Amino acid sequence: MLAEKALELVRELQRTTDGTLPPFNEDKVRQVLEEMKALFDQNQQDVSATVAGESGLFAGVQLRHAALERNKRCLLAYLYNRIQKIRNMRWEFGSVLPQDIKYNLSEQEVQWFNKYNKCLANYMRSIGTAGGLDLTQDMKPPKTLYVEVRCLMDHGEFETQDGNVIVLKKNSQHFLLRSECEHLIRQGILEHMVH
Amino acid sequence: MALEALEEYYDLDDILSSNEKIPCKIEMPIYRLGYLDSSSIYDDLLPGSKMELPYWMARSLCSRKRHMVSVELPKNYRESYREILTADATVVDLHKLGPYYYSFGTHLLKYELPDSPDVAKILVKAFQTRFRKVMDSSQNAYNEDTSKLTEKLDESERLLFKAGQLGLNDFIRWETRQTEKLTTSDMVKNHRKRKRAIMEDTG
Repeated sequence: MLAEKALELVRELQRTTDGTLPPFNEDKVRQVLEEMKALFDQNQQDVSATVAGESGLFAGVQLRHAALERNKRCLLAYLYNRIQKIRNMRWEFGSVLPQDIKYNLSEQEVQWFNKYNKCLANYMRSIGTAGGLDLTQDMKPPKTLYVEVRCLMDHGEFETQDGNVIVLKKNSQHFLLRSECEHLIRQGILEHMVH
Repeated sequence: MALEALEEYYDLDDILSSNEKIPCKIEMPIYRLGYLDSSSIYDDLLPGSKMELPYWMARSLCSRKRHMVSVELPKNYRESYREILTADATVVDLHKLGPYYYSFGTHLLKYELPDSPDVAKILVKAFQTRFRKVMDSSQNAYNEDTSKLTEKLDESERLLFKAGQLGLNDFIRWETRQTEKLTTSDMVKNHRKRKRAIMEDTG
């Protein structure tokens, strides 16, 4: 059946779970584009035949046209939904994506991600007068200025705002400014301790 | 409105649901597309031959203006199935009949078949009867395996179930005062889990 390949792309995306992104399926995208090219060429042929006087070709043209539109829709949906996922990842993982996810992006998607990052950073810097506002912070209403945290893994040295350098070693506990360590908690490096 | 239509255009579920097959009868010859019907040996699709076409294709060939194929109601929406749904919709395995039973059914209404009003009625009725059960089970399954509860649900019902679960979990977290604790983002957690699984596989 026509447009079957394009549907496989959609299925592939539908199957993926939160927090993962399948590799950009360049091969299949190319195959879909080839199918579209073939359909288009056949339609061109039939149209010029009709202009030349042959009749009754309209049904076939209509059918192929529908298949073209369908392929287009599937391809666009594939690209669009991937971008949506990548955008969500910016808010969950932070401005640097994990290596294995980055590896699955297409070149254009990497470019898009970088541009999105830049836009977001510029916008956040422009809010207010005091050097901007970090929108990715305080996703939950803050209750205290400082929080107690425990390291879940070795993360190396960390310089706090007041110039102290602390070593984030596995299982060590620290009392840190909430605004400084919230990102590290979101990324699973620190654990927030509540009593 | 324009924006809503755009959302649907990119909606993966809508794309999948519009791929469900409809039994069609070819009404006029369609030249050089005989390969679409694998059981035919001819180069063209001939009038009178019957085949199953996906909804999106059938839709472009059969509408008020065009009549290149005629469309029949798929069997899952015919009288006998409608009777089963009327008898007791809650026990029917809609995922097996669907899995996009409602949304594909809604698509079918656009053909204005003689049975359409009845199909429309039964879709609403079935949804109403089943909704209570979906809501009940999603609001009362806390910390347990839900695959048994959702296996008979249509895809849109599964989304409802998921929304209910999310609400329930949030409520219980609030009730037990867990909301103030900062936690690792779910996406990061899932990503780690997967990575660990892959590493265990290869190592």
